[in-house]
Amino acid sequence: MTQNYEKLPQDAFTRIPRDTQEAEKISKPSVSFWQDAWRSLKKNKGAIISLILFGLIVLMSFIGPMISPYEPNDQTITHANLPPKMPVIENLGIMDGVGTLGGREVDMYEMKNVEQNYWFGTDGLGRDMFSRVWKGTQVSLFIAFVAAAIDMLIGVIYGGISGYFGGRVDDVMQRIVEILTGIPNLVVVILFILIMDPGILAIIIALTITGWTGMSRVVRGQVLKYKSQEFVLAARTLGASDSRIIWKHLMPNVLGVVIINTMFTIPGAIFFEAFLSFIGLGLQAPDASLGTLINDGYKLIQYRPHILLFPAVVLSLIMIAFNLIGDGLRDALDPKMKD
Amino acid sequence: MARYIGKRLIYMFITLALIATFTFFLMKILPGSPIASADKLSPEQRAVVEARYGLDQPLPVQYFDYMFGLLKGDLGISINQFKGANVTDVILSRMGPSAQIGFQGMLLGTVLGILFGMVAALRQNTWVDYGSTIVAIIGISIPSFVFASMLQYWLGLKWDLFPVALWKDGFMSSVLPSIALAMFPLATAARFIRTEMIEVLGSDYITLAKAKGASGSEIAFKHAFRNALIPLITVLGPMAVSILTGSLVVEQIFAIPGIGEQFVKSIMVNDFSIIMGTTIFFSVFLIVVILIVDILYGVIDPRIRLSGGKS
Repeated sequence: MTQNYEKLPQDAFTRIPRDTQEAEKISKPSVSFWQDAWRSLKKNKGAIISLILFGLIVLMSFIGPMISPYEPNDQTITHANLPPKMPVIENLGIMDGVGTLGGREVDMYEMKNVEQNYWFGTDGLGRDMFSRVWKGTQVSLFIAFVAAAIDMLIGVIYGGISGYFGGRVDDVMQRIVEILTGIPNLVVVILFILIMDPGILAIIIALTITGWTGMSRVVRGQVLKYKSQEFVLAARTLGASDSRIIWKHLMPNVLGVVIINTMFTIPGAIFFEAFLSFIGLGLQAPDASLGTLINDGYKLIQYRPHILLFPAVVLSLIMIAFNLIGDGLRDALDPKMKD
Repeated sequence: MARYIGKRLIYMFITLALIATFTFFLMKILPGSPIASADKLSPEQRAVVEARYGLDQPLPVQYFDYMFGLLKGDLGISINQFKGANVTDVILSRMGPSAQIGFQGMLLGTVLGILFGMVAALRQNTWVDYGSTIVAIIGISIPSFVFASMLQYWLGLKWDLFPVALWKDGFMSSVLPSIALAMFPLATAARFIRTEMIEVLGSDYITLAKAKGASGSEIAFKHAFRNALIPLITVLGPMAVSILTGSLVVEQIFAIPGIGEQFVKSIMVNDFSIIMGTTIFFSVFLIVVILIVDILYGVIDPRIRLSGGKS
């Protein structure tokens, strides 16, 4: 090894003198918390794919009912129970409009003299499943997002006040939460749905009535942790008001946990909405959500499985995507919280 | 410890009293009459029916009657669904199938979940690990009623392996519902055991066990597994909740004569006393499960400080 050094061309090397001025220079730009989180999130393939998938589903939920030539609630009885038929894909032998009738496979479109294509087929009343599925997705997502936002708002305020002021206030507020969390979620949701007129509003209220307790506990824990730290003490010494400390110093630190928690609230809300609709406590006909569509489809599972298939697939994809995004965000925003 | 349990029991009673009160008054302001074809009855007939169920009493009297009845385990009388039957008897008579599929689902889910989680942890970052992670994500994400309908369609209708519905063929009837209920516990246990095992496998006493020459399987089962298993108790609570929520729809889908199926029916026909009774029954069940889980956790792992409680 050592002999080979002499063979190296001497002029290929130049001496770099030590520069004392350069020693303190930071070579890379500093990375903010959110940039760092985004970087580690980008490395998580599952989360990124889910994010794209979820984006597509949201997009479809808005343009789906628009690009379909049929209205979600329009009934064409003569076109009832048609299997899905989509151009191009029909050549693959799936979604080609062939359904079983009396044990034989027949092209239902030919038989019923239907010229148009129904991409996801039609239901028992001849309504276009394509526009219904996407309209239902829109409704389900709306319910979930509003419920999660309300949960977040109440949870952050309640938990923040309880944690920040502490003492007697905290004691009383925590006893209330303790009792509320003791009541099973399922029971509260069902009882509230029962006394209210069924509909979107009733579902949102039922979901949020005790849903915020989880968020409030997490926020309280975080606020308790941070409020005794030096930077808060420093701010207080400098004369910062309570509201300034809360908004400028505590909230940015709590935000990560709040986002993670919300990401897990949303699939929970989607599930509960679908669950309520499935047992008949959800939206009323003709309004559609993924849950009511699954319920309708389930009744015809034996003869027309496609009515169940599409809403079930969309619902499952949303749930999987959200869980993966939530996992990814948790790892990215708060590495310590990995379980 | 005794003080902690005492405190928890007091909370439990406050919570239950609140739930009972809450349900009672909710049922009173609920639209619709519980008496079947109430409009067709003459006022006199109506008065007779109301008197029989104590509906003619002033509200406070009805309330205290109900609450004292609860203390004795009396949940009242069914008004229209089971004409005059005692609600407690109705619930008890329907407990069998629910308990069976719930227990089977829980057992199947936890055992398979532990197995999946352990294999995944021992073969970290191999296809086994990825496979079990995918199963876990799917199990947590896909709602039990979607899963139950898929099972019913494929295993029941298409392949004819198990009865499609009804509770007639004994154990065979319980297979599909149990699998549907098992998905959530399976996924939760698999995820949980995997992370716990990986953490335990990295700890010092595992290194020591390796250093003294213990074999791989000995380390996995004797040293790591036992310690990874303890925290699993904490997720038993959420699992019980999921089994109960799931049973409402799964029993509906497979037409199983259990508590969940009857609860949904009583909601449809406005049978107040059945709704109230079942609600209280569910609440007691869940609250007791969570209490037992918390106490067990403290008993098994003394490192957990019970007195402070987790915030």
